[in-house]
Amino acid sequence: MSRGRLLVLRLVATAMLATLLGRLWFLQVVNGAAYVRAAADVRVRSVPLPPTRGQILDVTGRPLVTNTTRPVVTVDAMALAHQPDGGRAVLTRLGEALGRPYRQLAEKVRLCGPSVPQPCWQGSPYEPIPVARDVSVPVALQISERQQDFPGVRTEPRPIRVYPYGRAAAHTLGYVQGAKGRDGLEAAYDRDLAGRAGRTDVAVDNTGRVTRTIRQEPPVPGDTLVTSIDARVQAIAEQALGEALASGGGSSGAAVVLESATGRVVALAGRPAYDPSVWTDGVTAREYRALPLLSQAVQGEWAPGSTWKVTSAAAAAAAGYGLGATYDCPPGYTVGDRVFRNFAGADLGPMTMHGALVRSCDTIFYRLADRLWRRGSDALQRTARGFGFGRPTGVDLPGEAAGAVPDAASKRAQWRATRAEICRRSREGYPEMGDRARAAYLTELARENCRGGGVWRGGDAANFAIGQGGVLVTPLQLARAYAAVANGGTLYSPRVGLKVVRPGGTTVRTITPPVTGRLPASDATLRFLRQALGQVPRTGTAAGAFKGFPFGRIAVAGKTGTAESFGRRDTSWFASFAPDPGYTVVVVLSEGGRGAEGAAPAARAIWEGILGLRERR
Amino acid sequence: MIAVAGKRRLVWAPALGPPDRLLTLLALALSGTGLLLVWSATRMAGGHALLVRQAVAVGGGLVLMWLVSRVDLRVLRAYVPLAYVLALAALAAVLSPLGVRVNGAHSWIVLAPGVQFQPSELAKLALAPAFAVPLAELRDGRRRPGFGVVLLALALAAAPIGLIALQPDLGTMMVFAAMVSGALLVSGAPKRWLLVLFAGAAAAGAAAWRLGLVRPYQLERLLVLVRPGADPGGVGYNAAQARIAIGSGGLSGKGLFNGEQTAGHFVPEQHTDFIFTVAGEELGFAGAALILLAVFVLLWRGLSIARHAASPYGVVLAGGLVSWLGFQTFMNAGMTMGLMPIVGVPLPFVSYGGSATVAGLVAVGLLQAVHRSKPVQP
Repeated sequence: MSRGRLLVLRLVATAMLATLLGRLWFLQVVNGAAYVRAAADVRVRSVPLPPTRGQILDVTGRPLVTNTTRPVVTVDAMALAHQPDGGRAVLTRLGEALGRPYRQLAEKVRLCGPSVPQPCWQGSPYEPIPVARDVSVPVALQISERQQDFPGVRTEPRPIRVYPYGRAAAHTLGYVQGAKGRDGLEAAYDRDLAGRAGRTDVAVDNTGRVTRTIRQEPPVPGDTLVTSIDARVQAIAEQALGEALASGGGSSGAAVVLESATGRVVALAGRPAYDPSVWTDGVTAREYRALPLLSQAVQGEWAPGSTWKVTSAAAAAAAGYGLGATYDCPPGYTVGDRVFRNFAGADLGPMTMHGALVRSCDTIFYRLADRLWRRGSDALQRTARGFGFGRPTGVDLPGEAAGAVPDAASKRAQWRATRAEICRRSREGYPEMGDRARAAYLTELARENCRGGGVWRGGDAANFAIGQGGVLVTPLQLARAYAAVANGGTLYSPRVGLKVVRPGGTTVRTITPPVTGRLPASDATLRFLRQALGQVPRTGTAAGAFKGFPFGRIAVAGKTGTAESFGRRDTSWFASFAPDPGYTVVVVLSEGGRGAEGAAPAARAIWEGILGLRERR
Repeated sequence: MIAVAGKRRLVWAPALGPPDRLLTLLALALSGTGLLLVWSATRMAGGHALLVRQAVAVGGGLVLMWLVSRVDLRVLRAYVPLAYVLALAALAAVLSPLGVRVNGAHSWIVLAPGVQFQPSELAKLALAPAFAVPLAELRDGRRRPGFGVVLLALALAAAPIGLIALQPDLGTMMVFAAMVSGALLVSGAPKRWLLVLFAGAAAAGAAAWRLGLVRPYQLERLLVLVRPGADPGGVGYNAAQARIAIGSGGLSGKGLFNGEQTAGHFVPEQHTDFIFTVAGEELGFAGAALILLAVFVLLWRGLSIARHAASPYGVVLAGGLVSWLGFQTFMNAGMTMGLMPIVGVPLPFVSYGGSATVAGLVAVGLLQAVHRSKPVQP
């Protein structure tokens, strides 16, 4: 018997023990932390708890956007997976109850993965998957009472956005998709409104069954956004705009009401509009394309026409042209080789600048622009920019348009960009065009433009002075410029948001419209402008529209604007303000014709509505 | 069979020395730890049925251990042929329609609903004493077993191993091979024969591989060891989850009954072959290492018993038993930690399973019997 042989076994046993202990140390101590994480990945599932989104209120606390609950049918994918047939029978029964095909439900509840095509569920498999949102209460009850037939199917109330005022201010309010604000105030104040999602960490076993709750973090509801919008004024503006468009004002338009002294937005209406409740049930790609999502009040750009003359008059004053001096207003004025005419070729005789604004004489401004152009002055453009045109106002709404203040440089740049096409047309003409005369005219135009199109000429300056020839403004830009005229020259970046308030009522922050500049006009010039514009609705171009208006109760001042639009009816403007209530009201109708015919009556309706509100109080 | 004579003294134990108390203590401690771990692994499944069954097995095993420890080796040898034949019969019955297939292998016999046993576990108990009989019969004054004796012993081993290969149960086969190798080693068989034997075993293994006698699932289990990413849904999943459970225990563990991986049943077969993962997760390095150390000390005592055994038979028997328990422990702990291929062998004393628990405890009883048997007085 060999003791050496036993020693061999002892050595082998010791080696095995050392191997096992070494491996155990490596797994548990050296790599322990990594395995703890891996264990949590295997075991812990996080289920997000959506927060309640904050409301959007008007200035008096009326809800513009609020929440309500609706029964939503949800399906627990894990519970379905544990059915013997993978949940096929349950989904088929559910489809019968909801009146939907099995396939549609199956697509909604299958979990996204590398080999799973859309549509599929992208969220957590432990989160209830909503399969039907517009469920009637009887169907919801039927499902919740027959739980044995619908394992894993639940009906639960889910918050949805509600719009008590329907289409009113739809663009301004914006919309929410996937718990994220996508447009309007919902997007601009998303961080305030969204709140913070909570979550429940649950432990699951190897079959995915939840065994216990590890941690629960309740969601933090979003803050309430109080706006300066007055729902009643908004309704008045919506109605006035709608009626004006319906009676031949075209398809699009906008109405803006600002508080002149503060730059706060009281009402923003735009057409075409849509009912924001379409977002509640989800929008298909096709429906989405058909929705009029553009907010005409901040994203629509039109030539301002004669409403622009406040900037031209201020430029004239700054350039040394006496506002009280007398100017002749002939029916036409020749710049270069072209005659520029008054509206309808009217001969209005000699008048002061006051009269030029009240009666909207164009030829005085043509001459003014021609003279400044000859001097090589860019006073018109500088003044227009000083009135806030040509750049976004910085309003607290997304996607704002900048408008356009054309000048020599921008014309040259544009010409450079389009020269190749213009010169090709000058050689080849417009053979595809049926109208021979029009084709010949356009070819001639192209020939001129090809040679010297990039040069800023006297004609460009003349058109510019009366708010034509490439000048573009948004209704909000025009409103804040007129508000600045009314308030003594302070140019604000308008704000719709007034303050952010916690659900408990404490104010998180107050939003003040920032001052972005002062109008490049002296107090005397502004006084002159207010006085001249005060005459427009009384005796000037808008006198017809404002016939019988109670100026004694609201001293409305304003300016009509008629902008020619090639091949279409004129764009109709009315920009107005009053000292008490200190509002600025701007209305534009894309094809409203003359300002005095389309926009001015609509603005009058808004003013009368405001008056009615004040006198009811 | 049991007859009592005199004062509480069994007739077949004419002259017994004192038992090795440490050996008994370690067997008790390991079985007790096993019960706690089985409890932890099965408590979330509802009911204590499995725990109770295991407790019954431990209790029965301890009684048998006590009884066996009091048997004189010479008396024991008289019953070896009977036990060996019974074990072979049971192994053959497993392959008959009486056997039940579990995890791809016929390894169970159901005696009555709920009463079943694994003949291969009991066959280990039968083979260890049987194998030692020829090796210890040294005639003609030889100090080492001769070639013929070794061949006879191997023939005795070949029968049960062959039957287990037919089940097929690769893990148990390997345990048997380890037991036979250990017994041969300590029997003092000449080195060159041992070398020839190992070479032959290696050649047979290679031939089995080449001839496709290794089943696909066995191949898979071996491959997983080399490439842990292979077969993530099957054996690879098992290996990965076992490692996660053990690794997440850290130095001090999450505490008994606090193992979250264990509670979630992420490790398949956790209360049986993967019981070591419960120890790893809940008791940490400290507890798991202590279990391994306990087994090691038990084996060390077993080898000491072999060294001081009164007869060559005792040496070979103890050597075989220690090799069996040691190799099986290494295989089991090694496979849960990704060191060894995943072949279904239980952790001695600790894993759930009546047959294995009883076999382990009776093996300790046999070691005690070797320890207590006094040298023959001429």
